[in-house]
Amino acid sequence: MGGPPLVALQELGPRLFDWGWVSNNLTDEIIPALQGHIFLSFVSVAIALLISLPTGIFVSRYRKAYPPVTFVTGLLFSIPSLAAFALLVSVPGIGLGWQPVVIALVAYSLLVLIRNVVAGIDSVPEETKDAARGMGLTPRQILFKVELPLALPIIVAGVRIATVTIIGIATIGAYVGGGGLGDLIFTGISRNFPTRVIVGAVLATLLAVLADLLLLWVERLLRPWARARRA
Amino acid sequence: MGEFFAVFGRDDFLNQLLVHVELSVVALLIGVAIAMPIALATFRSPFWAAVAINTGNIGRAVPSLAILALVFPLLGFGFTPSLVALTLLAIPPILINASTGLSQVNPQVIDAARGMGLSNGQILRGIQLPIAAPVIFAGIRTSAVQVVASATLATFVGGGGLGDLIVLGLQRNDPAVLVGGSLTIAVLAIITELTFGLLERTFTPKGLLVARKRRGK
Repeated sequence: MGGPPLVALQELGPRLFDWGWVSNNLTDEIIPALQGHIFLSFVSVAIALLISLPTGIFVSRYRKAYPPVTFVTGLLFSIPSLAAFALLVSVPGIGLGWQPVVIALVAYSLLVLIRNVVAGIDSVPEETKDAARGMGLTPRQILFKVELPLALPIIVAGVRIATVTIIGIATIGAYVGGGGLGDLIFTGISRNFPTRVIVGAVLATLLAVLADLLLLWVERLLRPWARARRA
Repeated sequence: MGEFFAVFGRDDFLNQLLVHVELSVVALLIGVAIAMPIALATFRSPFWAAVAINTGNIGRAVPSLAILALVFPLLGFGFTPSLVALTLLAIPPILINASTGLSQVNPQVIDAARGMGLSNGQILRGIQLPIAAPVIFAGIRTSAVQVVASATLATFVGGGGLGDLIVLGLQRNDPAVLVGGSLTIAVLAIITELTFGLLERTFTPKGLLVARKRRGK
């Protein structure tokens, strides 16, 4: 098995990375792909959050609904992404394009987001809620003024995990017409042009790592009490 | 629905299923063989354990398609490049969980063991590994599910596997092959998830289960 790869390496060696291509295609191909990727990931996580917040609040109140919800979302999460995209494409009315990609990305985010919304609400101490009740707050006020603000860091931690996962999976969505950085990777493979592959893969990785760090920073920002304790 | 089962009768179906399983199993085994020694070598030092965990975290952020795609310019197309990429994907979850699990064993328990005259090797085998076992197996489970799912992408770099059926189905606009192939992969991933969940429970020491029950978890 040692032979063929080495030959391939020597063949590709001189043109493994073509900086000229990068500067020629920066504005008309690379940046739009990056923007498309960010948009696709952002929209998916936003829709998933709109579904997960009410669902999470509901199952944190009606505990019996929690195991079935995690079972179903867990099952969705374990379906390999290429299979999910392909299945959605064959559903009448969906077809190729960004639609199957967004639907699958939303489905993948649900498990982590709902789990973290519930964990966040659970983390609010009973005494704090008692104090709020003693001050005459209604259950609705307690939810919006006490529970959700205190749960926010844990919810953001969920958003962080979901976002990093989604940015990675979105690259595969390009295969069914979702666009984004995956386009560069797939066209690079089919045209046997490594520069495209490397640009797409490296930018997707950087985007995931940057999103991770950015949301980690937001998470810390939302925990002023943790900072105060350390100081 | 019946037409989707026709995919199981295809000449290449069994072969692709076998390649898929072979890629996944071998990548996972090599991944364990690389990640575990690193975790065992680093967990005693807080600095090196943190290095291992952070490297693992960055590794997890790298999209799976990016790893497969980056291996292709270096190693070319085929089974071996796919295996290398899947092995790289298998390592981070195991490394993170093994390092975390081993370094989070209560130091008082280790002190007690040392007081009873146990050697470092005995403490590792008799105490640290069993206590960390559930966390380590959770990492192996995450890794296994991820590898089975990512092995689908091996088709893009000529590695074969069930992804071939999806690509074929999309190219020829043949829903039977597409849906049959996708469902097989989905079922394979769910079986992996459930099997490793069972393993995780089997390798949890009975003492830990009793302790958990007492704490009311």
